[in-house]
Amino acid sequence: MTDQLLFAAEVTLNGLMAGVLYALVALGFVLIFKASGIFNYAQGVLALFAALTLVGFQNGQVPFAHLINAVFGGHLQSFGWQLPGAVAIVLTALVMVALAVLIERLVLRHLVNQAPIILFMATIGLAYFLEGFGDILWGADIKKLDVGLPQGISETVETLTDSLFGYGFFIDNLDIVATLVAALLVISLTLFSQFTKYGRALRAVADDHQAALSVGISLRFIWVMVWSIAGIVALVAGIMWGTKSGVQFSLSLIALKALPVLMLGGFTSIPGAIVGGLIIGMGEKLFEFFVGPMIGGATENWFAYVLALLFLVFRPQGLFGERIIERV
Amino acid sequence: MKDASEATTTPDGRKIGAVMMEMRNITLRFGGVVAIRDISFDIREGEIRAIIGPNGAGKSSMLNVISGFYHPQEGEVWFRGRKRGPMKPYQVARLGIARTFQNIALFDGMSVLDNIMTGRLTLMRSGLAAQALWWGRAEREENANRESVEKIIDFLEIQPIRKTPVGRLPYGLKKRVELARALAAEPRLLLLDEPMAGMNVEEKEDMSRFILDVNDEFGTTIALIEHDMGVVMDLSDRVVVMDYGRKIGDGTPDDVRNNQEVIDAYLGVAHD
Repeated sequence: MTDQLLFAAEVTLNGLMAGVLYALVALGFVLIFKASGIFNYAQGVLALFAALTLVGFQNGQVPFAHLINAVFGGHLQSFGWQLPGAVAIVLTALVMVALAVLIERLVLRHLVNQAPIILFMATIGLAYFLEGFGDILWGADIKKLDVGLPQGISETVETLTDSLFGYGFFIDNLDIVATLVAALLVISLTLFSQFTKYGRALRAVADDHQAALSVGISLRFIWVMVWSIAGIVALVAGIMWGTKSGVQFSLSLIALKALPVLMLGGFTSIPGAIVGGLIIGMGEKLFEFFVGPMIGGATENWFAYVLALLFLVFRPQGLFGERIIERV
Repeated sequence: MKDASEATTTPDGRKIGAVMMEMRNITLRFGGVVAIRDISFDIREGEIRAIIGPNGAGKSSMLNVISGFYHPQEGEVWFRGRKRGPMKPYQVARLGIARTFQNIALFDGMSVLDNIMTGRLTLMRSGLAAQALWWGRAEREENANRESVEKIIDFLEIQPIRKTPVGRLPYGLKKRVELARALAAEPRLLLLDEPMAGMNVEEKEDMSRFILDVNDEFGTTIALIEHDMGVVMDLSDRVVVMDYGRKIGDGTPDDVRNNQEVIDAYLGVAHD
């Protein structure tokens, strides 16, 4: 019995850490939704694009290599250098900021005061564009991403738990790193938004556009800032997921896993995104562990969505979302 | 009105300076509807200037022209001796024009203190990087700004609610917080859109006192819109009266009170 309990504890721990990765993706959604009321369908593709760019920089790939080769002939592949992970990450972060500026210039600026559904459609367009653009830019093959994060089963945790409980926990080093990074990210984002003037401006825009304008806040600047932060959060998510399972198209589908997280946590709450992610991550692992065997397994594919549906019925604003009050 | 450039002193000893803002032949249309028709007037340094008129007279539109939310099709806006081109509201705010709204536009989710702090955004200079890393300058600046905000909080007597989320406050206090936020920007010109709307007598008296105190203590020029005639006449140095988008009167409260066209507009008159 204790064995099973320990095993359940291990499953829980693993679930929590998977949940952190979901939360990272959900965080990007929440940031943009809070500041501009836009549901950014392209968030997952942003993560894919960031990861592709990161790999490209790191391996010194020539941008548009396939296109150039196809048009002019030749066999351009790479510049033949390898950048250190940290340098490539900084460069990619700059690219994400530049992308945010472009998105504001070319898309958002022209859609000011449009209905949310129009902006939503625009982000769908953006998602498809970025997906294709990423492929043309860096190639569509599956890439390995390694920025030097530790991977594999953590021996420290295994020997420690073994000496404590007589049972070694299997925890992936990468999951531990992801948890630490996510915690750091959330703490710094919270501090930024609570204690700096730009954070205050950000919350002001999220609360009331008109009032924000009247105290001298430029909406465009805030939007660029928010999309930059969302882009960098996407980069972090892209690094974690990309290291785990390679950089490929399916990386953009992690956005789908973020949806149930958002329904649980609420679209407007940063802590909600974290807690939602943890609940989903832990819930789906535990459900698979306890109930899975009785109903034939593979519950992880649908558990999160069913949980989200239940939330939609009983608490549509999520755990931490703003109460929906209909005034008549 | 010929001596517009000369400084004068009011009977109660306040100094009224040169012309600060001048509206020249402003016409504002929404499609085929003319909201403001060829209106000119000025606002002088240190005065309390009221714009009054019945509902739908175009008062709020006029205020929105001054604050840059609307751009008039015709006419010129001059501010401190310079013609102002089409500007974004946030640029106008950075010129030193702060405002409040008729139907209160506060940040409901934020505390009273944070709301007022947003008023100082235009006065804070440190860059994004310094702010993000909370480096020397950002911290000093934040503290200095906190001090001046605390003074305004004292001044408007809202100490007990500094940490309360604004969404939970009653209407009268919200109006006061909105005034505090506008004051925090240390504006040259303060625009108040119906500061007494929806208030009871006691709240109106408080608000009148604050408006007079602000003008007296900080020397802030104030332009306000009201349709409550009584309040306006007691508060203001000069009054513009609008009706159906036209200017029908302009002068001291006494001049305006005796203007036949104004009386007709307010009391109604038989058309024949």
